Amino acid sequence: MDILFKILIDPFLQMGSAPDLLVQTIWEGFVTGVLYALIALGFVLIFKASGVFNFAQGIMVVFAGLTLVGLYEMGLPAPIALIVTLLVMYVLAVTIERVVLRPLVNQPDIILFMATFGITYFLIGLGEFIFGGNPKQMISEQLYLPKGSLEFKMLGGFVQLQKIDIAAAVIAMIMIIALALFFQYTRIGRALRAVADSHKAALSVGISLNQIWVIVWFAAGIVALVTGIMWGARSDVSFGLQVIALKALPVLILGGFTSVPGAIIGGLIIGIGEKLGEFYWGPLVGGGIESWLAYCIALFFLLFRPQGLFGDKIIERI
Amino acid sequence: MKMRKTTLGLATAVIAGTLMMGVETAKADDSIFVPLFTYRTGPFAGSGIPIADGMHDYLTMLNERDGGIGGVKIAIDECETGYDTKKGLECYDAVKPKNPVIINPWSTGITLPLIPKASVDKIPVLSMAYGLSASARGDIFPWVFNPPDTYWDGLGMILRYIGSQEGGLEKIKGKKIGYIYFDGGFGKEPIPLFEQLAKDFGFELKLYPVPPGEMQNQSSQWLAVRRDRPDYMVMYGWGAMNTTAVKEAAKVSYPMDKFISIWWPGEDDVRGTEGAKGFKTLNWHGIGTDYQALKDIQKFVVDKGLSKAPKDKVGELLYNRGVYNSLLIAEGIATAQKLTGKKVVDGADVRRGLESLNIDEARLKAIGLAGFTGTLQLTCNNHNGHRPSFVQQWDGAKWVKISDLIEPMPDKVKPALDAAAQDYAEKNAGWPKRTEACDKPS
Amino acid sequence: MFYRETGQFKTNYADDMALLPILQDRIGLGIILFVAYVIIPFFGNDFLLSTVMIPFLVFSLAAIGLNILTGFTGLISLGTGAFMGVGAYACYKVSSTFPDLNILFCIVFSGVFSALVGVLFGLPSLRIKGFYLAVATLAAQFFLQWCFVRIPWLYNYNVSGAIEVSQRSIFGVIVTGAKATPESRYIVMLVLVTLMTWVAANVLSGRIGRAFMAVRDMDIAAELMGIDLLKTKLLAFAFSSFYAGVAGAAMMFIWVGGGEANDSFNINQSFLILFMVIIGGLGSLLGAFLGAAFISSLPTILKFGLPAIGIPLAGATAEHLTYILVGGLILFFLIVEPHGLARLWQIGKQKLRMWPFPY
Repeated sequence: MDILFKILIDPFLQMGSAPDLLVQTIWEGFVTGVLYALIALGFVLIFKASGVFNFAQGIMVVFAGLTLVGLYEMGLPAPIALIVTLLVMYVLAVTIERVVLRPLVNQPDIILFMATFGITYFLIGLGEFIFGGNPKQMISEQLYLPKGSLEFKMLGGFVQLQKIDIAAAVIAMIMIIALALFFQYTRIGRALRAVADSHKAALSVGISLNQIWVIVWFAAGIVALVTGIMWGARSDVSFGLQVIALKALPVLILGGFTSVPGAIIGGLIIGIGEKLGEFYWGPLVGGGIESWLAYCIALFFLLFRPQGLFGDKIIERI
Repeated sequence: MKMRKTTLGLATAVIAGTLMMGVETAKADDSIFVPLFTYRTGPFAGSGIPIADGMHDYLTMLNERDGGIGGVKIAIDECETGYDTKKGLECYDAVKPKNPVIINPWSTGITLPLIPKASVDKIPVLSMAYGLSASARGDIFPWVFNPPDTYWDGLGMILRYIGSQEGGLEKIKGKKIGYIYFDGGFGKEPIPLFEQLAKDFGFELKLYPVPPGEMQNQSSQWLAVRRDRPDYMVMYGWGAMNTTAVKEAAKVSYPMDKFISIWWPGEDDVRGTEGAKGFKTLNWHGIGTDYQALKDIQKFVVDKGLSKAPKDKVGELLYNRGVYNSLLIAEGIATAQKLTGKKVVDGADVRRGLESLNIDEARLKAIGLAGFTGTLQLTCNNHNGHRPSFVQQWDGAKWVKISDLIEPMPDKVKPALDAAAQDYAEKNAGWPKRTEACDKPS
Repeated sequence: MFYRETGQFKTNYADDMALLPILQDRIGLGIILFVAYVIIPFFGNDFLLSTVMIPFLVFSLAAIGLNILTGFTGLISLGTGAFMGVGAYACYKVSSTFPDLNILFCIVFSGVFSALVGVLFGLPSLRIKGFYLAVATLAAQFFLQWCFVRIPWLYNYNVSGAIEVSQRSIFGVIVTGAKATPESRYIVMLVLVTLMTWVAANVLSGRIGRAFMAVRDMDIAAELMGIDLLKTKLLAFAFSSFYAGVAGAAMMFIWVGGGEANDSFNINQSFLILFMVIIGGLGSLLGAFLGAAFISSLPTILKFGLPAIGIPLAGATAEHLTYILVGGLILFFLIVEPHGLARLWQIGKQKLRMWPFPY
C-alpha cells in the first residue's frame, strides 16, 4: 500500500503543494523538448526527402556549433564566422551528396543508415582535429543572445525563465514557420514535397534528386547550427552533446518519421514527460531515470500507435 | 595497380610495426622510461589537456635544465587514453615491455584493473588523489600510491570546512547537505562514508546523481535542489559536468558560496560562466607561475617551443596539478636513486623510493617550489599522506585561497579505509600478502 | 588453379550438407586453426596477444551474436552492449556466489541470463521492426545500463561499483586475474570462440537457421510456411543475447580483468558491434570475424603501428586521425561493397576458381 501511495498519489500531492515548482519543471521540460524537437526536425527533413535515417544529425549539431566558436576564436568577427559556418555546412551537404549518397543510391535503408554512422565518425575526428577536443563556450554575447532571467512571482512562489530559453523557443518557432512556408510556397519546396511523395514520379517530371538532396542536407545543417547555438548557450559546445542527440529517436517514434509537426509535438511530450518523471518519480528508484524514460515512453506508445502521432500509415507492421 | 601495391606494402609495414612493438625493449640503458597516460581527446579532454601539459612540461624541464634526474635523462612517452578504460589497458600493454618505472593512469576506471596487475608486473601505479581510496593502505596495496589525499579525505575536509562556516562541527546537526555527483565509480565511492557521517553529525544527506550521458542536461537535479533547499551543496564532478552544474546552480540562484566541489574543476570550467563567482573548491597546491620551477618551465620548455601548452595556460590550476603529479614522479625517482645508489632505477626501486618519499620544506625549496604545496611524507603503510588542503573561491577571474589548511578526518576515514581494504583483499581471493620489505624511514 | 572443386564428388547427403563442402576450404580452415592455436601463442609477444588478439576474439563473439539477430533474422538491435553487460554482471554474481565453480562454466552459463533478458526486450519485435525496433532496443541499452549502476546487489555492494575479478584456474593453469599469462587467457578465449562458432555454424545451417532467414526475407511468407514467428524471433533474440552475454563475461573476466564495468557497456559499444556486423557482412559468420578484426584492431594498429614504423604521431592527433580514418573506411567499404568484407572475400574466391583463365 505504501508503495502504491508513493507512486500514485504522493507525486501529485507534491505537485499540488508547490505549484510554482511544477510550472518550473514543465518549463524546463518544454525548453529541453524544443531542443529535442529541433534535432528531430533535422532527421525528418532528410528522411522525408531521401529516405535516409540520418544518424549524423547529432554530430552535425556539435560540428556546426564547434565550427562557429572555433572560427570566432581564430579571430573572425561573429557575423562573419556565422556566415562562414553556413558555408561550411553547405560544403558539407554537397560533399555528403557527392561522396556518400550518390554512389549509394538504391541501396537498402540499413546501408544508408550505416553510411551516416561513417559520417558521424568522420565528423568527430575532423572536428576534434581542427578545433581540439575541449568543450568550448558559445559566443552568445557576440551573437546578441539575451542573458539573465525573468522572474515571475506566482502560485505562492516564483518561476524563473531564462531569457536564453525564451529566445530558443522563439527562434525555434520562427524557424519552423519559415520551413513550413518554404515547403508550402516555394518552387523548391514543392519539389521537395514531390520527392517525399515519390522519388520516381518526381524524377519523371524533371526534378533533380541530387539537387534536392543537397538542399535538404543543407537545411538540416542550418537546423543543426541553430540547435548547436542554442544548446551550446545553455551548457557548452562539446562532444558530449552527441549522446543527448540520441533522444531525438524516441521523439521521432512519437511524432512519426515524416511529420514536421509530429517532431515538434513529440519533442515537447518527451521533454516535459522526462522532466516530470525524473523530478517526481525519479527519487523513488534512486534518480537518474531520465536517461531511459524517453525510450520507454516511446516504446509504450508504439504498442498503441505504431505509426506515430502524425506519421504516414504505411509503416511495416506485422 | 602500382598504387594498390604501395598501399598494400604500407599496410603490411604498419601491421608488422605493431607486431614488433612489444619486441622492442628499452632503447637505451642510460634513461629512465616514464610513460604518461593522457587524454587529449574524448568528452573529458577539456580537463585532460592542461593536466597532460603540466605533467609533460615539468619532466621536460628537468631534462632540459638538469639533464634529467640524478644525471639520467627521462624518456617521456605520452599514450592517449581518451579516458577510456580499454584504451588505457592498451596503453599499459604497449608500454609494459619498455620497463616503465611508474604508471599514471589518470582515470579511476583505468586504475581499477591496473591495481591487481601492478604487483604482478612490478610497476608501481601512481593515482594522484583519484583511484581506489582503499589503496592508501600500503600494507595491502604495496604497489599503489594515491597521495596526497583520498576522495574520503576530501569529503572530511569539505565537512570540516562547512563546520567552520557554521561555527563548529556540532552546529551542522539538523542541516541539509546535498551531494551532486557523477554517477560512476568516482562519484559513488564517498557515499557510504557520507551516510556514516550524516548519522554521526546528525545532518540530512540528499543525493543528486548525474548519469554519465546526461552531464550536460542537469536541470532536473537542480530543480530538485531548488525544491529541497539544502544548506550546502557538495559536488564530485568531472569534465563538462562541472561547467553545467555551475551554470545550473546559478540558474536556480543557489548561493554559490555554499557550493563546494572536490578538487577537479579548473579555470576553464567556471570562466565566463555567469554567476560562477563565489564557487568553492578544495585544492592543495599553488596556482600561477610565481615559483622558481614554474619559471624554469617557461624558460626551458615553453619559450623553446617544447611544450604543447599555450603560454597563458601555463600555471593554471589543472596545469599545476599536472606539475604536482610529475613532481611526485621525479621525487620518487630521486629518492629511489638515493636509496639504491643506482643511477638507472627500475619500477621496484621507484616503489621503494615512493615509500620513503619525504618532501619537506627544505626539499621544496631546493627544487624551486617553496610555498607551492604542503609537505608530504609517505611510509610503508601510509601510501597517501592524508595531507590537509585548503578551500579556494572563484572571484570571477581567478581562484583565491580563502581558508587555512584543513585537516581531513582520520578518525572517521581510517575505519572505512581499513574495512574497504580488507574487503578488497577478501573479494579478490588470492590477493597476495605483502612480501616487499620496508625501508627504514630516512 | 589451386582453388577448384573439380573431382570432388559428393556421394551421400551428409557430404552435401557439410559446412565446408570443398576440400580446399577445409584445408584453409585447418591452416587458420593451426596458426591460431600454435603459431600465434608460440611466436606472438604479449602485446599482440593481450591487446590485439584477445579483444579481437571477444568482439568476434559479440559480432556473431548480433549477426544472428541482424544478419540472419533481420532484426536491428542497438542494445548489444547492454546484453554484454548482463553477461558480465551475471558471471560476476555466479562466480562470486559459487567460488568453486569452474570459471569457464560461469562464463558460458552467464550467457543464459543474458538470453533471458534478451527475450524480454525482444518482445516488442513481435509488433515492430526496422528503425522502430532499433529504438526499442535503445530502451534496453539505457535501461539496463541504469540498472548496472542503480542495483548494488549486482556488483556485491562494492563502493565504487566495480567488478572484482578473483584469480581462477582451469586444470591448474591460472586464467583470470592479474597472474594469468596472456598465453593462457588467449587459449581459453580461443577455445571458447572456436566451440561457439562451431555451434553457431551448425545451428544456422540447420532448421533453426533456415527459419531465421525465412523470417528475415519475408515474415509473412515465413508464417504461411508454418514458421511460428513468435517463437522464431524470440529464439533469435535469445540465441543472439547468449553470444553477446558470453562475450561480455569474457571481456570482463579474461580481457579487462575487472573494474568499472558499467561504462564499458555503453551505447558506443553497441554501435561498434553494429559496425562490425555491417562492415563484415550481414548474414555471414566469416563477416563477423572480418568486421571484428577491422573495427577492433584497426585503431590499435594505427595508434601503435604508425609510430613503430617511424611515422610520428602525437597521441591526440593519432586519435583524431583514427576517427577520421575509421569513418572514411566505413564509407569506403559501404560504397565499394555494401554487402561487407565477407562478400568481397566471396568474390575473390569466385575469381580464384576461374584463375588464371577468367573465361
